[in-house]
Amino acid sequence: MKNNNEAIAADNYKYIGTRSIRPDGFEKVTGRANYGADLSLPGMIWGKMLRSPHAHAMIKNIDTSRAEALAGVMAIVTYDDFPGVSSEIVAAGEGTEDLLDLARNLMADGKVLYHGHAILGVAAISKQIAEQALELIDIDYDILPAVLDVRDAMAKDAPILHQTMFTKGLSETPTTPSNVASVVELKKGDILAGFAQADIVIEREFYTPTVHQGYIEPHACTVRYDEHGQSMVWCSTQGHFDVRSTTAKLLHMSLSKLKVIASEIGGGFGGKTTVYLEPVALLMSKKTGRPVKMLMDRDEVFKASGPGSATRNWIKVGARNDGTITAMQGKLHYEAGAFKGSPARLGGMTAFTPYDVENMFVECFDVVVNKPKVAAYRAPGAPQAEYAAEMIISELAARLEIDPIDFRLQNVAKEGTKTIYGPKLKKVGLVECLEAAKNSPHYQQPLKDNQGRGVSSGFWFNIGGSSSVTLNMNRDGTGTIVEGSPDIGGSRASMQLMAAETLGIAADNFKTVVADTENIAHNDGTGGSRTTFATGMAVVEAAKDVIRQMKSRAASVWSVEVDTIDWVDGVAINIDSTEKLSAAEICATADRTGGQISGQGNINARGAGPSFAVHICDVEVDKETGKVDVVRYTAIQDAGKAIHPSYVEGQYQGGAAQGIGWALNEEYVYNDKGILQNPGFLDYRIPLASDLPMIETVIVEVPNPAHPFGVRGVGETGIIPPLAATAYAVSDAINAPITDLPCSPPNVLAVIQANS
Amino acid sequence: MAKIHVSTTVNGDAVEFLCNPGETLLDILRNDLQLTGTKEGCGSGDCGACSITVDDRLVCSCLVLAVEAEGKAIGTIEGVADKDQLNVIQQKFLEHAALQCGICTPGLIVSVQALLKENPEPTEEEARYYLAGNLCRCTGYDKIIRAVLDAAETMRGAA
Ligand code: FES
Ligand code: FES
Repeated sequence: MKNNNEAIAADNYKYIGTRSIRPDGFEKVTGRANYGADLSLPGMIWGKMLRSPHAHAMIKNIDTSRAEALAGVMAIVTYDDFPGVSSEIVAAGEGTEDLLDLARNLMADGKVLYHGHAILGVAAISKQIAEQALELIDIDYDILPAVLDVRDAMAKDAPILHQTMFTKGLSETPTTPSNVASVVELKKGDILAGFAQADIVIEREFYTPTVHQGYIEPHACTVRYDEHGQSMVWCSTQGHFDVRSTTAKLLHMSLSKLKVIASEIGGGFGGKTTVYLEPVALLMSKKTGRPVKMLMDRDEVFKASGPGSATRNWIKVGARNDGTITAMQGKLHYEAGAFKGSPARLGGMTAFTPYDVENMFVECFDVVVNKPKVAAYRAPGAPQAEYAAEMIISELAARLEIDPIDFRLQNVAKEGTKTIYGPKLKKVGLVECLEAAKNSPHYQQPLKDNQGRGVSSGFWFNIGGSSSVTLNMNRDGTGTIVEGSPDIGGSRASMQLMAAETLGIAADNFKTVVADTENIAHNDGTGGSRTTFATGMAVVEAAKDVIRQMKSRAASVWSVEVDTIDWVDGVAINIDSTEKLSAAEICATADRTGGQISGQGNINARGAGPSFAVHICDVEVDKETGKVDVVRYTAIQDAGKAIHPSYVEGQYQGGAAQGIGWALNEEYVYNDKGILQNPGFLDYRIPLASDLPMIETVIVEVPNPAHPFGVRGVGETGIIPPLAATAYAVSDAINAPITDLPCSPPNVLAVIQANS
Repeated sequence: MAKIHVSTTVNGDAVEFLCNPGETLLDILRNDLQLTGTKEGCGSGDCGACSITVDDRLVCSCLVLAVEAEGKAIGTIEGVADKDQLNVIQQKFLEHAALQCGICTPGLIVSVQALLKENPEPTEEEARYYLAGNLCRCTGYDKIIRAVLDAAETMRGAA
């Protein structure tokens, strides 16, 4: 076991950078913390969805009479129970969504578009009866041919999923419907001139399969509809304010009439930024007058929540013999699932961003297929495109006989590099990450027989957004941080450290609460690696507001001007007389100096700092079976500033593990009729403890100038580099190019055999 | 369908419940006994979130029928701490930040307790293989394994 707690950079914070115990830890190690499935209400009934057994079919007739006759069945809801939905773009998670698509994904509107597509919901007195009732519903289908790959979907006579969808972004307005929702072009420089300067050009097409976030907690909610008062939704979500706004829109409710409580959340990785159950459960509750609980089974999670896009990405890169990259080009095809909205454009924006290259051109295709509607998955769109680009970069380095890290350093993106999507990069830490990789003990270690090594960079933007925090000071000088960002990986601990650092009061004097939608103003969801950055900034603002108030109270006690008051280590000091009042003393007498003290930080955070990473992966390949073992792994990433280093390392390690799973094992397997063959953890194999080595980490800290403590988001970037680092290591070990993921034993064996 | 009466003990408490013949012990624990610390991640024995002990044997409660609890001693996450005193494994999970979302944590702690009872001095590899039935999607297992090995060492020191 190696020590992986290495941090680069130094500063002199008192609380920030310490490894405090998370404030919600006790509840979580004792089983007392309540997650999505853990709330039951008096009189509660259970809801279940009926799901399509077909990938693509018209619904000719639905007969629910036998189900309705079953004792204990209380209501059936269908698409027609929505009070009128029209196409409208609404904010959802990190991006936007079309309300009409969202509604048609919640329950099919006459046509099913993927295996597992919800058709209707049954509410019954028990879970068992609801499940029995599903068996008694008779549906007549007109089965249509299914399209399961972008190539089939874009073929000339492809079956069309949506007759009303015409490709956006073409120079000529199309006259026939298409499965291509949109085409976006991104460019800088002159791509043809760039390739003309190249001495060597490599181009390949890469395939990445449909993968799932694989959070261990299935989607779950308990709801109560109240026509006259306030309706309530309790659910596992990354963004309860977004659940409220989409649900309220769909059901024509005002925001103040719907309260959404975020339970503790058992993983999300982007997959819990939209709704699958909540509006349907509310419709059931409305019909029955009873609270309703809905839980997805694991197979429903795989079949019908939002996985990450499968892609076919063609990449071409040219370089001079001296190692200068002259041109980078890509044609990216992303599956959106059954409804438009894949992150193809984000793939195009990220693919080449680790490089400072003059000439770039990318076309991004958003393509619908008969699979579940994709959702965000950790740096949505980036892993697939960057995988393809990084594989070519590594291959180019090998062909040019340049060390792969030196090759990356020679062409590295840095402050001032113009991105393909427009703006120039501000201060970023890719050079530092590459240098840390080069100097790591891992990179010095020689490889053994049958082993290979891969290196990959990764880039993700990160976002800021709306965060609101209230810091209520108690009469004893302790404080409650009221925030609205569901804590998915220890962020409460970071909030307390930032409040402590700002106020000069030790972190364990604070308690952080994730409030429901009526106890704090709007917050964007926990996504885009924004929480420690943006909500952290709001905490700092709220703490500064408290300091202002504390100083003015002290000034009034001493009858002096407020600008003669200093605030040091949680104590107000009169600089003229050196009189002192501690936070606890000011709080104890607050009623006499103007009322209780409460700080506010409501912001729309700008200036999110991109986070770059570099990973190194060593694998050993069994050439008889094609089985790949990861033998050593190092994740290096720029955190800006690690507020709580353990949880930063945890993000690096978790991202690495997910990316390794993506590279080696994970894939949705469909038969030719579009029926998902592996909707369970036994056959959709995410990494187990026995599959992985220790994951070494290096926290690089190049502060983000836009954040008071220099924070960049760290949650997402870590999933990007493992794909190419791992797959290139395999390619290095077997001495043959890998293009298609996953590098599962049969796939690797096929490559070995084809190249021997 | 008549329900079946079951007498058992849960974390040392005598407990009686009524269940359907096909109902799982996990459903009874969570829905009838309100012991929601035991989690459901898959319902098919693949994730370990529902780990409990039945007469000291580590099992997935989603694969155990509720009727099988008759006369047995059931142990769940709610029984691991001594009142508000965390046991060493729980404490080490917190110190090593071995949980992110925490949904896998109750099952893991119950499994680690069983591991260390069987093998007080596991190697890293032994710990990884013993815990291969407990999926964690957040941590990459690194900090979990550190917490386990540290807990084992601390417990050996205390013994
Ligand atoms: S819920 Fe029992 S093993 Fe997953
Ligand atoms: S901490 Fe989230 S699954 Fe383990």
